[in-house]
Amino acid sequence: MKYRRKRTEILEGDLTPMIDMTFQLIAFFMLLINFSEVDRAEEITLPVSVLAVPPEVRPDFQIILNLEPGGEVIFEGERHQIELLNPVFRRQVSSAAREGVTEPEDIAVIIRSHKDTPTGLVQELIAKCQESELQSFSLRVEDSAN
Amino acid sequence: MKMETSQAEDIKLNMTAMIDIVFQLLVFFIMTFKVVAMEGDFNIKMPLASESVSSMDDEIPDIVIIQLTAGQNGNIAGIVVDDNESFNEATMFQDLTDLIEQRLAGENDPESGSETEVEFDIAYNLKYSYTVKAIEAVSGRVNADGSVKKLIQKVKFKDNKKGG
Repeated sequence: MKYRRKRTEILEGDLTPMIDMTFQLIAFFMLLINFSEVDRAEEITLPVSVLAVPPEVRPDFQIILNLEPGGEVIFEGERHQIELLNPVFRRQVSSAAREGVTEPEDIAVIIRSHKDTPTGLVQELIAKCQESELQSFSLRVEDSAN
Repeated sequence: MKMETSQAEDIKLNMTAMIDIVFQLLVFFIMTFKVVAMEGDFNIKMPLASESVSSMDDEIPDIVIIQLTAGQNGNIAGIVVDDNESFNEATMFQDLTDLIEQRLAGENDPESGSETEVEFDIAYNLKYSYTVKAIEAVSGRVNADGSVKKLIQKVKFKDNKKGG
């Protein structure tokens, strides 16, 4: 009996459109990825406002303080009590000076406070900042206009 | 002389490794992608106590003192402006905006909004969301066509200790 030897063929699909599409998707996600998430604490639900102005330019040096309803401040991923923030602020003022921001009043303090935090705690935090001669404050809220 | 006919060879690149990496990158970006809500700022003016003493030449700004009182659970109980004007509970923020707008209009100076300051005297336990609402109420008004009319941009807090 005679067997006919089968010829195996390699089927090759055209991968070009898939690779094009995949690279476009990667480019899209790379452009949208937000590395500034470190400064934002997930636990904080900001109050909502239609009139808050989105920051047009990033300050030369900024300190982002996340204030929880219980009074703890989350700064760069670490929790601090308000009363114990002075050494943290001193370090930040020194860092700012090394980056050329020599005046503490030029350092922007951005307060991201939870919507249910007692306002007195926000004022205590501001007063603690003032002890380190910080004077420029912004209250960050969720912009509901967009 | 015998010439060898050159055969055109198909050069095939192995794409498998690249596609693997590309898909891994894609999965990474998809998994870490999060839609971030837009955020905005209200700037507040809080100069140090030593600097608040102004010289005689400085123009003294018109200061509107707004007191926010808190009820149970930190909810807002009332708004009092300059110790004499208070509002209906249901429409207090709207009424506050109306009052500020009337006052600025009464001064007949288009730049009066930039000169007038608001000092908030806020109850310690008032929820922060109400404070933001009050700041919003004095900062401006959103018109029916979506445009924003700016009112007072200079806002500061009165020092308020716990239980004070």
